[in-house]
Amino acid sequence: MRFTYKASIAALSTAAVLSGGAFSASAEQLTGDLKIFLDTSNPAPRATMEGAIAKFGEMHPDLNIETTIIDREAYKTQIRNFLTANSPDVANWYAANRMKPYVEAGLFEDVSDLWAEPEIAENLASTKGAMTIDGKQWGVPYTYYQWGIYYRKDIFEELGLTEPTNWEEEKANCAKIVESGRACYAIGSKFLWTAGGWFDYLNLRTNGFDFHMDLANGNVSWEDERVQKTFANWRELIDMGGFLENHQSYSWQEALPFMVQGEAASYLIGNFAVAPLREAGLTDDQLDFYQFPVINPDVALAEDAPTDTFHIPSGASNKDNAKAFLRFMVSPEVQTTINAGDALGQLPVNAKSTVDDDKFLNEGFTMLSSNSPGGVAQFFDRDFPAEMAKVAMEGLQEFMVRPDNLEAILARLEKARGRIYK
Amino acid sequence: MTSTAVPPPPQRPRSWYKRNEISLTPWLFLIPAILFFLLYVVFPIIQSFQLSAFQWDGLGEKEYVGLSNYRELWDDPAFYTSLRNNLIWLLLYLLAIPAGLFIALFLNQTVTGIRIYKSLFFFPFVISQVVVGLVFTWFYDPSFGLLNSALGLVGLGPVNVLGDPAYVTYGIIAAGLWPQTAYCMILYLTGLNAVDPEQVEAARLDGAKGWKMLWYVIVPQLKPATFIAFVVTIVGALRSFDLISIMTNGGPFGESRVLSFYMFEVALSEYGFRMGYGAAIAVVLFLIMLCFITYFLYSMYKDQKGR
Repeated sequence: MRFTYKASIAALSTAAVLSGGAFSASAEQLTGDLKIFLDTSNPAPRATMEGAIAKFGEMHPDLNIETTIIDREAYKTQIRNFLTANSPDVANWYAANRMKPYVEAGLFEDVSDLWAEPEIAENLASTKGAMTIDGKQWGVPYTYYQWGIYYRKDIFEELGLTEPTNWEEEKANCAKIVESGRACYAIGSKFLWTAGGWFDYLNLRTNGFDFHMDLANGNVSWEDERVQKTFANWRELIDMGGFLENHQSYSWQEALPFMVQGEAASYLIGNFAVAPLREAGLTDDQLDFYQFPVINPDVALAEDAPTDTFHIPSGASNKDNAKAFLRFMVSPEVQTTINAGDALGQLPVNAKSTVDDDKFLNEGFTMLSSNSPGGVAQFFDRDFPAEMAKVAMEGLQEFMVRPDNLEAILARLEKARGRIYK
Repeated sequence: MTSTAVPPPPQRPRSWYKRNEISLTPWLFLIPAILFFLLYVVFPIIQSFQLSAFQWDGLGEKEYVGLSNYRELWDDPAFYTSLRNNLIWLLLYLLAIPAGLFIALFLNQTVTGIRIYKSLFFFPFVISQVVVGLVFTWFYDPSFGLLNSALGLVGLGPVNVLGDPAYVTYGIIAAGLWPQTAYCMILYLTGLNAVDPEQVEAARLDGAKGWKMLWYVIVPQLKPATFIAFVVTIVGALRSFDLISIMTNGGPFGESRVLSFYMFEVALSEYGFRMGYGAAIAVVLFLIMLCFITYFLYSMYKDQKGR
């Protein structure tokens, strides 16, 4: 997704030292070439990746590594060209349905053998589902992050509110926040996907993970009464005036100032929003996090945790080197360093790595590892096929602005479903 | 005496090129242009027509689907929204022509510093469309925009121009008119230089002034400028892409899309890659443009013949 990080060179040098000794002994020497394409163009991820690759290069001095970093947005279209025409040996991408077109076109290499190795099979089990299509694994994850409600603790205290755990409390809180002249939820839906996050959570909490995935896979009608129920819950918040006004004109970044200035009390967003909120001056005493509350107590809690991945293109010429690199990137030590608060600032995928000592990373890690029994979804635009996601997110935005149009919107989505899934 | 008759130099047969030089040379000069035109214009057009009969995600196999892309367009509400917006663009964008004319008339005088005023009026055309889009986005911003501050002063409620499906297209067109008017103004300013002062004099003697002078004497003489202004404005309206992309990204919920933007979204954006469907939209857009292109070519042809 889209986020920016604070660069921290100092942290990287520490990172490099940390991961230094651990590997030099175990790995055998690689020779030849390794061509890596990455989309980590923002300063901090870029430095993180370059640091990790440099480390890998030190372990294999005879290996000639060539790294190309492409602008994050441009990468999304360029990947189609370089996978077909001029394959690198390693390329990064996203899990689940976002990798499906490339898997189906035979452009990603099956790496099920990596997943059969005990090192990976045991430690990366939690993300295996997101990497699996047709019973095979097509890449390895390298980072993921939680979604949830980030809120202004000081405003909650001022109004005497506590972190809600169920829907009634959530609505009661919101009513009080609205009464105080603020919006409950900051959101910027100009680029649509933020509305997808809301739908994900409302639907996961109302109907559960399995139903959500059925909907994503086109097995359930959009006009189903269970979907209607999700929208009815959503509408309660909309009618209350819970959402930031004119959100359709803002990007997610443009909605942040409302939260910083205290005009909105909370924000359902991914962990990448923490960095800009801190940079804007919110301290950890002002900013806090809670898991999206229970709506229907009969369904198990499930979360969104988008996963970023490494793949070996099927046209790669140095697949063995590439596999060694993938093993290196998911190893516990490397996972710990590249996901540290001052590097990627996200969660490590390896169960044996340690989470950096950061309030939000710790909360997210606990939530995802012990309080998400229902399952872990990727994100609306990664779980639903791209075409469906586009049409649907437009409908979701329309619903948030014109809730009365719901019937027409759902009819439109249902028609799109008939066309898209065959 | 021995006369040595110098034999005339052997008449070498003239080469084929030399014999046909007059008729060939123009073609030689034209070849690069023709080749590039074929390669980069004609060939892609044919390719788009062909592609519109396929279903293709840009990666896998193309699947022939006949006319089904067009059938889908036929009952795609987003397509009609785009088409409707295209028509609104075409109509309202033409306002740039009279607006440009009046600013040109206003500026067509000799006052100290008139060059500065002219450049100031021309300024919006010089800056990038992206900047125009950004400036207007801030101008319309519902919470701190100048427009709503001004409306607030006279007691009118805040209007979220770019967030309201009823106003959004008009809001973007207003932004587009700003540079386009400047463009038309410059065309008319040069046109006004060519207006025959004797005719104006004669008309004045006959008692023409004001609107009559403008309509019957000045405007007819500006016909070439009007024609060019019309062409660039129509083309500008049909090309309206950058402003939409910058200001609303097609939103809210797709209400500000035009055909070119919809085509881009369907075929090339993050969630797109339906090449066949995109090509079908491109074909429709091409056919609309073709009407205007035919008209332009026809009137140019008529002009040339008349000379």
